[in-house]
Amino acid sequence: MKRNYLSIKTIVAIGIGAALFMILAKFASIPSPIPNTSIQTSYAFLALMAVVFGPIAGGLIGFIGHALNDAISYGSVWWSWVIVSLFVGAVIGLFAKNINIEAGGFTVKKVITFNVIQVVAQGIGWFLIAPALDILIYAEPANKVFAQGIFAGLSNIVTVGVLGTILLFAYAKTRSQSNSLHKEL
Amino acid sequence: MAVEMLSYIERNTAVHRLTGVTKLLCFILWSTAAMLTYDTRILIFLFLMSIWIFIVSKIEIKEVSFVLIFIFIFLLLNNVAIYGFSPQEGVKIYGTSHVLFEIAGRYNVTLEQIFYQFNITLKYFTVAPVALLFIVTTHPSEFAASLNKIGISYRISYAVSLALRYIPDVQRDFRNIALAQQARGLDMSNKEKLPKRVKNAASIIIPLILSSLDKIETISNAMELRGFGKNKKRTWYSSRPFQKSDYFVITCFILILVASLIITFHDGNRFYNPFQ
Amino acid sequence: MKKPVIKFSNYSFKYNSQIEPTLHNLNLTIYEGEKVLIVGPSGSGKSTIGQCLNGLVPFSYKGEVTGSLAIMGQEARDLDIFTLSKMVGTVLQDPDGQFIGLTVGEDIAFSLENDCVDQSEMVEMVDDIAKMVDMEKRLQSSVHHLSGGQKQRVSLAGVMVDQVDILLFDEPLANLDPTTGKSAIELIDQIHEQMNKTIIIIEHRLEDVLHRNVDRIIVIDEGRIIADEHPDTILAGSILEQHHIREPLYVKAAKYAGCSLTAEMRPSQLRTFALKDCQEQLIAWYENVEREGRTKSSPPVLEVEHLSFSYHGDQEIIRDLSFSIQKGEMVSIIGKNGAGKSTLSKLICGFERPQSGKIMFHGQEVTGDSIKERALRIGMVMQNPNHMISKNMIFDEVALGLTIRGVPENEIKERVEKTLKVCGLYPFRNWPISALSFGQKKRVTIASILVLEPEILILDEPTAGQDLRHYTEIMEFLVELNRQGMTILMVTHDMHIMLEYTPRAIVITDGQIIADDSAAAVLTNRELIKQANLNETSLFELAERIGIEDPKEFVERFIVFDREERGKWQ
Repeated sequence: MKRNYLSIKTIVAIGIGAALFMILAKFASIPSPIPNTSIQTSYAFLALMAVVFGPIAGGLIGFIGHALNDAISYGSVWWSWVIVSLFVGAVIGLFAKNINIEAGGFTVKKVITFNVIQVVAQGIGWFLIAPALDILIYAEPANKVFAQGIFAGLSNIVTVGVLGTILLFAYAKTRSQSNSLHKEL
Repeated sequence: MAVEMLSYIERNTAVHRLTGVTKLLCFILWSTAAMLTYDTRILIFLFLMSIWIFIVSKIEIKEVSFVLIFIFIFLLLNNVAIYGFSPQEGVKIYGTSHVLFEIAGRYNVTLEQIFYQFNITLKYFTVAPVALLFIVTTHPSEFAASLNKIGISYRISYAVSLALRYIPDVQRDFRNIALAQQARGLDMSNKEKLPKRVKNAASIIIPLILSSLDKIETISNAMELRGFGKNKKRTWYSSRPFQKSDYFVITCFILILVASLIITFHDGNRFYNPFQ
Repeated sequence: MKKPVIKFSNYSFKYNSQIEPTLHNLNLTIYEGEKVLIVGPSGSGKSTIGQCLNGLVPFSYKGEVTGSLAIMGQEARDLDIFTLSKMVGTVLQDPDGQFIGLTVGEDIAFSLENDCVDQSEMVEMVDDIAKMVDMEKRLQSSVHHLSGGQKQRVSLAGVMVDQVDILLFDEPLANLDPTTGKSAIELIDQIHEQMNKTIIIIEHRLEDVLHRNVDRIIVIDEGRIIADEHPDTILAGSILEQHHIREPLYVKAAKYAGCSLTAEMRPSQLRTFALKDCQEQLIAWYENVEREGRTKSSPPVLEVEHLSFSYHGDQEIIRDLSFSIQKGEMVSIIGKNGAGKSTLSKLICGFERPQSGKIMFHGQEVTGDSIKERALRIGMVMQNPNHMISKNMIFDEVALGLTIRGVPENEIKERVEKTLKVCGLYPFRNWPISALSFGQKKRVTIASILVLEPEILILDEPTAGQDLRHYTEIMEFLVELNRQGMTILMVTHDMHIMLEYTPRAIVITDGQIIADDSAAAVLTNRELIKQANLNETSLFELAERIGIEDPKEFVERFIVFDREERGKWQ
């Protein structure tokens, strides 16, 4: 019962993952060429955690990490965008079974599968859900929020595509045991 | 980017004495009300009330000034952006157009637009500071217990507590790793070209993630060895019993939510329209 | 006869992820109320024994079990990890990993919460237990305001609250400075005496554990029990040496002197050790051992002048601190946890900026240089190698700093290969780092700094968590580097490092230098030892007891001799 529901490891992964998501969002954004925007390394991390620990962990890391970061750094929570983090983490985690990162390395086929999933998940999240919620809650002008969503979405899609793929490669390599090692003199 | 972080500020006030559960519920009720309504009268009422709660909680402006400054900057930029993208949004919503003066093309200044943007600003001002108040007046220890009390599974509640517990540890690790990698010449700032910046970022993030995965392993062992997840529920050392004031405050907030919904939607429209 | 509480019979265990079994055919019985010390080198299987007892094996770490393990008369395999956790309480090595509550009170209450104990009852129980470990005044403190020793006390309270009969300590001394370690051992002893618990300590710092009595020492190597005897018998024999476990220094000295030890001489503690028959031999040995004179002085390479530092205008962590390091020196910076020694190393590397004061490199001021510039002169090796490694292959990891700086490829290859040869990693150059041991990873991180050709190397706790063999390996490697002209600074609270390897020690307390002297002089100065949370070396007391006039000289001669002896292992 306890194994299939939410294992202790998943719970800890959610907690530590949320803390890491927050620290990355706060300190590890890379300045981008476009002024006032930065590349959010936290989403690449979120994608990795979703692939490794599944949809519940992915969704909750995104949700808790984003909400905590908003609350602790800015004193206010932008629920419309927090929901998107939840959505992105959960959807990538949901399809992660098809990637099976733990065995067999991170092959070209898996790279493509991962990227298709992340593009679709983030596309729906940033291009549709985020603007829709902004209009619904704040009655912001449609063209403004869509522009924002498209911009954030594109930047996050590229980040996860590049950095997320690098991270998954690195992770997969730590999982593979090589038994054919011998010293070279 | 804000580098400072908000945290619990110890005071002995009526707000602090309320249980975490009460504050969490009120936070949710308030956020719901503030998000659903667009009625100027209610927004003003909520805004004034949040200022009053601030005063009662004896939180000083300078203790949270970095957040307030951030909110001001954000609102300023947001207002500029709204006007830039949609100067006629107010006219669209309120259905009339009282032009004050023209600028160029569709860019004019109408009373409706000013009123709309005033409302949006006000709305952010009522939605935003409650989270701030919640954070600075609720002891983090009570947080997980409160989530659990309002019906969220204790496992997930505990994950939130773990996040709060390990944020400083992860931050310290991050800082150490970033410094060590910088010493080797890895640079994430503007000085490097973008592709290299991304690669350098990976070199900092990878050790952080891999060592955090080890940490997950250690912590889950420790929790397992101490019987976490054994029962369907658990009790909480740091939860506090409800007082009369808790019931009173929750009732008030429910009434506020209901009242604001009735006033907002009784005419079938979220917006309060002074122009008709 | 006492009741057996733990009984391994023909017990073997193999992790699913490994080909060879980790434990072979164990037969071991531990009786109620005993206090047992399990020692063994890294990878000997001693930690696995602990995991078998608390149920992590086989419930969390899957594998193949044969034979039987009975705990309190019940077969462990038939129980579950929760039932086991009510019988065996474990204090893990990493205090930050075990401390999961936000405050002391919550952490102690953790397992009560999981048992759904009523809140009012819980508060009472937590108060009682907190008193036992002397933490009752800190119940509201957050984990981040506690020292390593306090965290460990809380961890202990957190398992005792379960009323377990067996307490298991996995390397309890690993993260503690000497004095704190000593009081941890005293606390464990006190609990053992007062509450009649069965106590199992897994640790390789033998001399420190023997600060208080233990009933038995069990020596494990390669998954097998090598010895299971009274401490006096173990120490009198040669088993520890054969299995590369550090013997207490006073025992070692007696053995070097050619004394024949017997269990009847009670060598397990210095105060009980009957030295009568040994005294003459020790004195004779002392008079025969030669030691090289001090190295001549050379120009200073690093000078620190009136350095002061604080975070955000808080209390100063470094206060008006000055010293200078000569080229080719090997110096340790020591002091209790939180004394400011790590901050000092960060200031030297440019990770932090001092509020006032100067840092000079070859007489030239470098205080304003960036981290990147500073790194070409002063290399910093962090305590945890996992915090530095970001590449998968050894070659790439070592090459990283050069690649980033745009060094041409053929030069990179040449420099990396040269460094790998120096570090003894050349045969592994095409291996993934994940296949390396902790000690080898440490070497990789040292190599990745050395390749930048700094003139000074700073290492933070270079041997933390290493057994004697790996410790010797790392330290001898550093000595070799030092011989080749590298200036080395080590930040540590390991007394052995400073005593055995660094001719000079700088002692820091509350951000100030309280001593700058030879290591042997520091560790034989009682006033200083107390101020800086250090331990007097047992050699000092030994020398005094056998009536040597200059105990400091005795200590220094021992160290020289010992290093040469251990050098022969390699």
